[in-house]
Amino acid sequence: MTTKKSETKSSGKFERPDGRKVNELRPIWAKVGVVPNADGSAIYASGDTIAIAAVYGPKQMHPQHSQNPEKGTLRCTYLMNSFSVNERIKPGPNRRSMEISKITEWALEPVLMLKDFPSQVIDVHINIIQADAGTRCAGINAASMALAHAGVPMKSLVTSVSAGKLDKTLVIDLDKEEEDFEEGEGPTDIPLSFTGDGKITHMQLDGKISPAQLKEAVEMARESAKEIHKIQVKALKDSVEGDKK
Amino acid sequence: MITPKINGDVIKKYLNEGKRFDGRGFDEFREIIIEPNVSKKAEGSARVKIGKTEVIVGIKMDIGTPYPDSMDKGNLITSAEILPMSSGRIELGKPGFESIEIGRITDRVLRESGFIDFKGLCIKEGEKVWNLYVDIYSINDDGNLLDAAGIGAVAALKWARMPKYDEETGKADYHEHRDELPLDENVPISLTFHKVGDHFIIDPNREEEDFSETRITLGSKKGIISSIQKGESHQVSVEDFGKVLDRMEVVWKEVLKSIEKQIEKNKK
Amino acid sequence: MTHDERKIAIPGEVIIKGKEFLPGEGTTKQGEEIIAQRFGLIEESERIVKVIPLSGVYIPRRGNVVIGKVEMITFNGWVINIGASDNGFLSLMEVPRFVNKDALDEVMDIGDIVIAKIWNINKRGIDLSLKLKGLGRVDEGLIVKINSNKVPRVIGKEGSMINLIKDNTNCNITVGQNGFVLIEGQNVDDELLAKKAIQFIEEKSYIHGLTEEVERFFKENGGKK
Repeated sequence: MTTKKSETKSSGKFERPDGRKVNELRPIWAKVGVVPNADGSAIYASGDTIAIAAVYGPKQMHPQHSQNPEKGTLRCTYLMNSFSVNERIKPGPNRRSMEISKITEWALEPVLMLKDFPSQVIDVHINIIQADAGTRCAGINAASMALAHAGVPMKSLVTSVSAGKLDKTLVIDLDKEEEDFEEGEGPTDIPLSFTGDGKITHMQLDGKISPAQLKEAVEMARESAKEIHKIQVKALKDSVEGDKK
Repeated sequence: MITPKINGDVIKKYLNEGKRFDGRGFDEFREIIIEPNVSKKAEGSARVKIGKTEVIVGIKMDIGTPYPDSMDKGNLITSAEILPMSSGRIELGKPGFESIEIGRITDRVLRESGFIDFKGLCIKEGEKVWNLYVDIYSINDDGNLLDAAGIGAVAALKWARMPKYDEETGKADYHEHRDELPLDENVPISLTFHKVGDHFIIDPNREEEDFSETRITLGSKKGIISSIQKGESHQVSVEDFGKVLDRMEVVWKEVLKSIEKQIEKNKK
Repeated sequence: MTHDERKIAIPGEVIIKGKEFLPGEGTTKQGEEIIAQRFGLIEESERIVKVIPLSGVYIPRRGNVVIGKVEMITFNGWVINIGASDNGFLSLMEVPRFVNKDALDEVMDIGDIVIAKIWNINKRGIDLSLKLKGLGRVDEGLIVKINSNKVPRVIGKEGSMINLIKDNTNCNITVGQNGFVLIEGQNVDDELLAKKAIQFIEEKSYIHGLTEEVERFFKENGGKK
C-alpha cells in the first residue's frame, strides 16, 4: 500500500490525504426502501464505502430449539462482497465477518424492545458492496434505518462513526488510506455507535492512545454522530414524502 | 408465504387465453436495466434490474497457475450467492443448490460460448496465468435470477479493465487498470424458458416462477447453442422442445439488442 | 389534522412537549415529552398522541378476519400461516360441520387457502375459528398481498373504498386484516383490474383525495361504473 509522506507540512499543520478537516465526515448519502421484498431496507454510503441493509421480521425463529421464550432475538449477518475490495475475498462468512455481525447486534440491541417479541427473530442482512474503511459503521447506520423502516419498535435510531488518531492528531471517519497511515504513532481506529441520546452501544479500538485523548475522541465522534443522525432521519422522512407525490 | 395454489390456477387459465397478468407476451422480458460501477474495487461490475429483480456482478482478477491440461490458458471461476437479503424465503446457512446452479449455468454460458479468449489470459505458459472471477449476488428476487445473472456477467466482463501485471512482485497491481479483457465481440445470451401449465414463457416474475414445472436454459452466441440446462423434474415432449428452439431463434436477437445498447452506452 | 399536514415520526424523536399530552400507541412519555418509538405518521386527538405505523409485519389481534394458508395438519386441527410471526391454529372443534378425525385433509389440505377469524390470542398461540358466515376454505379466486398497515386505506371509511372497487370490477373482495386480499370475479380480466386498483391504493395510500384518484384510475383503466 502507498503511504503519504506529506501529511505534516513544514508549517506543522496536519493535513488529511483527501484534504478534509479533522472533524469532517466524508460525503454521505442514504436512501430507504432499496430492497422491495424486505420488510425494511436502506442503503448508506460514506465516501467510497457502501452498505445495504435489509430487515425481515419479527418472524418465527427456525429451528425451534434456538428460540428464546424470554425475548426476541436480533440476528445480524454482515457480509462483504467478494469484489468490494482490491484483493478478492472468498465468498461467504469468515472470522472477521462473524465478529462484525455480533458487534452489530450488540450495537443495535439496546434500542430494540426485544422483550415484546418472545421466541421470535428479527433478521438484519448487511451487504458491503464497496469498501473504503468504516464498513461496520456504514452497516450499522444502514441497519438502524432499515429497522425503523421495517416498523420495528425502537427507542431511537443508532448512529455509528469511527473516530481516529493519525500520528498525534484526532480525526473523524477514517478512510482506507488513513487506516494505512504509517507516520509517527501511526493510525488508531475507534469505531463507535451511539443511541439517539448519545449513549455508547459499540466501541472498538485498534492502535494506541492516551485515556485523555480517547475521551476527546469519543466526544468528537458523538458530535459527528449528530450530523449522521440528521441524514438518517431525512432519508426515512423522504421515503414517505416520496410516496405522497 | 409462497404464492397460493389458487393463484397458480388463475395464472394457468389466463395463459390458456394467451395472456399474462402483467400484460406481457410469452416471449417478452420485463424492462432490463444494466448499470456499471457497482464497486470501484472490482475490475468491472454491473447491476442488472429485470423488473423488481436485482443482481450485482463483479469481476476480480489475480495471478494463478494454469491447470495441467491447459498450460497456456487462464482460469475462470464463477460463483453465485442468493443472498438471504433478497427474499424472505431464504434461510441462513450454506449456499443452497439454487445458488450453486446459477453459478454453474452462468459459468458454462461464458465458457462454452467461446466468449472469453482464455489464451489471452496467459502470462507465462505453464507458470503464470490470470484467474478471472465472476461473482454474482442477488439483491432482490422477483423471479428469473438465472437470466439476470447471465446478463450481469456479460456486462461486467465487457466493462472490466485488467489490472497491471507487476513483473517485479509477480502480482497484480490494482492501482492501474488498462486493457480490456480478451473477449469475443459477440456476447453470449442466456435465455430460460419456463413451463407454466401448458405453456412455455420467458422471464417469469416470482409469482409465475412459483408455478414453473420445468425450465430450459439455453446459452447461445450468434444463434449457436453452446450450453443447456433442463432444470426440475417435469417431462418435456420433443415437439415442445422444438417449439422452444424456434422461439429462441427470434428472442435472442431482441434481448441482445437491448443488452448491447446498454453495454455500449456505458463503455469507458 | 388532515393527511397532508401529518408529520412523520422517527424513533427517539420528541413529538410534542407538554403536561397535558398522553402517550398513545407507538410512543412513550419521558417527563413532559412524548417520544416516538416507531416510524410512522403522528396522530393527535383528545390530547392522546400516537404513531400510526406505515410499515411492519402484521400483528394479529383478536377479532381479526385473516386469510391464511394451511401449513401442516395435526391430529386435531390445522396449522395456518397467516403471514404473522406466529402461525395460527384451527382446531377441528372450530369447524362448523362434522369432521372425520382420520381425514382432516379432506376438509382442508396442505397449501389450501382459508378465511378464518382470530378468536383468541394467548401465550400458547393464535386460535382461529370458522364459526361465522363467510369463513372457510377458498377454492377459487386471486390472492393479492399488501402491507397489512395499508388495509384501512383499501377498505376506506365505512367500506367506501372497497365498495368503489367492487362496483367498478364486478368482483367480490374479501380483505384479510393480515394484508391478504381475495378477489373473486366473473373472469380473470376483472380480477386483475381489482388487483391493480388495490396495488394502486397501497402505493398511493398517503395522498390527499385518494378516492378521487381511484375514481380517475378506474376511468383510465376501464372501470365499469
